[in-house]
Amino acid sequence: MNDKEILDSIKKIVTPYTQRKEGLENFNEETDFIKDLEVNSANLVDVILDVEDEFNIEIDNDSMEGMLTVGDAKNIIERKLASA
Amino acid sequence: MDFKNILEKLPYSSPFLFVDELLKVNEKSAEGIYTFPENSFFYKGHFKDNPVTPGVILTECMAQIGVVCLGIFLLENEKTESNDIKLALSSSEIDFYLPVFPGETVKVVSEKLFYRFNKLKCEVRMYDKQDKLICRGKIAGMIKNESA
Repeated sequence: MNDKEILDSIKKIVTPYTQRKEGLENFNEETDFIKDLEVNSANLVDVILDVEDEFNIEIDNDSMEGMLTVGDAKNIIERKLASA
Repeated sequence: MDFKNILEKLPYSSPFLFVDELLKVNEKSAEGIYTFPENSFFYKGHFKDNPVTPGVILTECMAQIGVVCLGIFLLENEKTESNDIKLALSSSEIDFYLPVFPGETVKVVSEKLFYRFNKLKCEVRMYDKQDKLICRGKIAGMIKNESA
């Protein structure tokens, strides 16, 4: 799975939880879940659970805390996929 | 740990405490009861001359027994003593079937759907004395222990 496929997949997952729809227009690795998309902390948990299901990986507490941007999420997904 | 310990940690008081007694609390579920006193503050206005327990109060009762009490149990189970419990309701989606009148006793039964990253989501049901379903739905909250 290449970078673009992972980003597209994250975008699809985060869309229903996004309050600030403009944030989706220039969705990239720098996009911040809380600042740019205005996802609340409870829905950020839903995003992570959906990512786990989509990629069949498990995200631990430490990884979760470092997941501020789309790029962070992509890196965590790639790392988990590589070690699977 | 006995359930008294959980009740003592609930961050509510009258007139917004809606838990009388816990019947069961474990890793996966919680069960408790509450009797709505006839002189509860909301009956005066809901409705005028026709007191019925507001759905939002039934939801609160389900959240306090089904999510908060279970959440406190899970937090305590996790590690050290909880010093300062921080709570926030994050979502609720409830269907209502029967009205609850002043003085009625209800039983709340909750099953954990998941507890991850401080978010606890439960499937919660409320029953009347005849075990008829009053309301049911999903409630989620964020719960954490801010240790000193």
